[in-house]
Amino acid sequence: MSEFHLPWLSLAMAMPLFGAIAVSVMRSRDRAWKVSVATCGVTLLFACGEWADFALLHSFQAHDRWDLFRLFNLNEKFVVDELSAPLLPLGALLYFATVLTTLRTKINRFSFALTLFSEAVLLATLACREPWIIILLLIVGVIPPWIELRKRRQSTRVYVFHMSLFVGLLVVGQCLVGPEASVTDPPVLAGCLLTAGALIRSGIFPLHCWMSDLFDKATFGTALLFVTPMAGAYAIIRLVFPIAPSWALQSIAILSLVTAVYAAGMALVQKESRRFFCYVFLSHSSLILVGLEMATPIGLTGALCVWLSVGISQLGFGLALRSVEARTGRLSLDGFHGLYEHTPFLANMFLLTGLASIGFPGTIGFIGTELLVEGAVDVYPMIGFAVVMATALNGIAVVKAYFHVFTGTRHVATASLVCRPSERVTILIMVVLIIGGGVYPQPGVISRYHAATSLIKLRGAESVTPHQEQNLGSEK
Amino acid sequence: MTVESVLYILGVVVVASPTILLSSLGLPLLMGLHLSEATQSKLTKGAVVAGFLASVCILGVMLVSGLRHVPIEFGNWVSLSQEHFHFHLKFVFDRLSVPFVILTFVLCGTVGAFASVYLHRDRGYRRFFLLYALFLLGMVVSSLAGTIETLFFGWELVGLSSALLVAYFHERPAPVRNGLRVWATYRIADAAFLIAALAMHHLTGAGDFDGLMGSGPWPYGEAAIGSTSALVVGLLLLLAAAGKSGMVPFSGWIPRAMEGPTPSSAVFYGALSVHLGVFLLLRVSPLLDVSIPLRIAVVMLGITSAVFGAIASRAQCDVKNALAFASLTQVGIITVEIGLGLRYVALIHMIGHACLRTLQLLRAPSVLKDYRMLENAVGMHLSGDTVDKSVSISPSRIWLYRFAMERGFLDALLNRWIAHPFTSLFRFCDSMEKRWTDLLSGGDSHGADRLAPYGDSLEDVE
Repeated sequence: MSEFHLPWLSLAMAMPLFGAIAVSVMRSRDRAWKVSVATCGVTLLFACGEWADFALLHSFQAHDRWDLFRLFNLNEKFVVDELSAPLLPLGALLYFATVLTTLRTKINRFSFALTLFSEAVLLATLACREPWIIILLLIVGVIPPWIELRKRRQSTRVYVFHMSLFVGLLVVGQCLVGPEASVTDPPVLAGCLLTAGALIRSGIFPLHCWMSDLFDKATFGTALLFVTPMAGAYAIIRLVFPIAPSWALQSIAILSLVTAVYAAGMALVQKESRRFFCYVFLSHSSLILVGLEMATPIGLTGALCVWLSVGISQLGFGLALRSVEARTGRLSLDGFHGLYEHTPFLANMFLLTGLASIGFPGTIGFIGTELLVEGAVDVYPMIGFAVVMATALNGIAVVKAYFHVFTGTRHVATASLVCRPSERVTILIMVVLIIGGGVYPQPGVISRYHAATSLIKLRGAESVTPHQEQNLGSEK
Repeated sequence: MTVESVLYILGVVVVASPTILLSSLGLPLLMGLHLSEATQSKLTKGAVVAGFLASVCILGVMLVSGLRHVPIEFGNWVSLSQEHFHFHLKFVFDRLSVPFVILTFVLCGTVGAFASVYLHRDRGYRRFFLLYALFLLGMVVSSLAGTIETLFFGWELVGLSSALLVAYFHERPAPVRNGLRVWATYRIADAAFLIAALAMHHLTGAGDFDGLMGSGPWPYGEAAIGSTSALVVGLLLLLAAAGKSGMVPFSGWIPRAMEGPTPSSAVFYGALSVHLGVFLLLRVSPLLDVSIPLRIAVVMLGITSAVFGAIASRAQCDVKNALAFASLTQVGIITVEIGLGLRYVALIHMIGHACLRTLQLLRAPSVLKDYRMLENAVGMHLSGDTVDKSVSISPSRIWLYRFAMERGFLDALLNRWIAHPFTSLFRFCDSMEKRWTDLLSGGDSHGADRLAPYGDSLEDVE
């Protein structure tokens, strides 16, 4: 197996852990914010280094050369491959942007230590290929939001109920997976349990209420960081995808599709901004699951492209909403707020990221959505049409929310609501990624296609034609 | 230098000019830089003139050389050759696209010049010209698209810019609500378009119009699909065209769109945007030759829209709305012409109508002002506003008047039978979810509903 030139993975995971320890003993919240920003920034650099190094290696997978894991005999468990290589910088970017845009009004209530700890856990999850360690990390990952809910004296029952179900199903399912499990000899019951667990974590209908409850009760930043990395989708790819037959995956896709359409419809009728965001996100993340479960090269490529585009655009969308909330308090979508003249930057970001997430032409999501729909139509034509309907509904919901938050009236502010430099930087990063990825999508699509064909090869390679394998090999 | 290379360079200029305009207006906005009104006006003028001259030159070269179909290839934007997935960027200059793109530059140029004066020192000047650039790019891409995906690309840009321009005066709720209505209608049309594009892809294996409509230059191509397939795809495209051109039953958005400033109303809804749907029908007109039921559907929709537009326009009480429905009448007639196979007649009718309507809409505000000035000078009403009470009006005429005044009750019907059941269903689901989470929480789970924004405290939930 190829080795990185530097221990990128170890550094990317260790950095936020050390940062969390340092921040937890700090009394000054302002200083804690600065240290957190620096930690997340350096972690992002390490994650980007990992991606660049991986691209230079021209390999299907790689691990650290001088890694810490070797001490614990874990060096074969934490491996970067085509799938996870860009997900690590994406995860690091999510944390960096969220921490960077946390305004002073929020730093007293946003736990930086828990956030950095969560980042370390997330990066470890995304770099891990060993099922039991992934499950362990996923379990650890649900703890920080629970601690925050407890600290805020909010009811944790909805969250605990769903997460217990998620953990229980994953653990039992993995126990039932035998060593000989494969696509040709699928452990059906184990596959069902694992799928159910991962789908609950992804917020599948009708067991999705924990997500809206979390957005309602936790801080926006924590909720955003818990759902946007889409750990449930990652669990499906790592735990279910290698052992589930195509017919099973494609049947599950229908459940995801129902969720996508249902959540899009729910987003249209929401009167509270966070719940609106939650349903828009849920709809998009379910569309990704639809593509992943198609298990065809084109559908899977589309899903992996949309994974990245939705990760970036929904992060930007959520951060724009969070920044507005930081200035005004919680927003109702029943009336108009007319904030455009005060925060045109945030308004433009809100619209751009919202449109990018629905795959608007010229943005990063456009080609991914086209591929996803194309892949879905190949398998079940009606599914492709329903995907189109879901994106149409999401489009209406996004513009409706934009109009309600930023237009419709003239807002008189008693204090300046203009963007802070940190927000401006984040906005510009998002814009570059969204427009850049939209204007020049070919490298990203090719990279995701390689990841898709590698994943399909893991399943027994019956979906990959010899011609594709040959092409794949020659390109490597 | 060969004719092909000259045409290629000119084609690049036509497509690049609105792209550069959009970038030069958009990037400074994102960077927080403020361009002056004069700079924006000059950039707009330069881009429109460059695009216009290049397209006229292409027309000249085509006429001199006798070429009728000039494809300009930009290669694959995205390609997965192993999966036979290509997003091909191809623009076609032919007898349909060249007149339409020249029309686009002429009308957009006129309106741009008008708007730079009309919106002078308006707070939304920059926003207007950015959206204008987006619209121009969308129109140019739609007009010249050589593949259905490229057409969809331009189609979406036109839709977004139109909806945001309807809501241009965004400090009032009415324009915003109307903008949202326009956007919702467009999204339905877009969904139909995308499904039709996917269906075409599956039927022909490519999104290229040449593959779909045969190799002959427009309008002599022959559709390469069976009559049943043509009917299904054609009906979806007809739905998309009806939404975009505001035909029955989607006509409600046209008068609503008049909430935008006069220049945008003129070019977007009176002249160009409203013709994009019929342009689509013209582009895929070989499909109509394959399916008689499809042709009948097109003609019926056209007749219905024309008659409805004629009735509704006679009862409107403001000039913009009257012109909007008059536009609908003409669009309906153009659709009938397309259905009857009179493609050149439809194209000429479309160009003539677009120019006339732009002139009318741009002149409408000042003609009213002139009229009032004249009345003030004369000291009396010129029309002699007298009502002849002796004429009896039959109940059917009263009903017809009410029907016209209420714009055929179409908005109310769509609200009642489509929008309301849809939102009611999801509101019911929302209330069920609340009950479920209340049950799990053992109390009220939607605490955020009680919080009001702009309070003294910036804390969200305690």
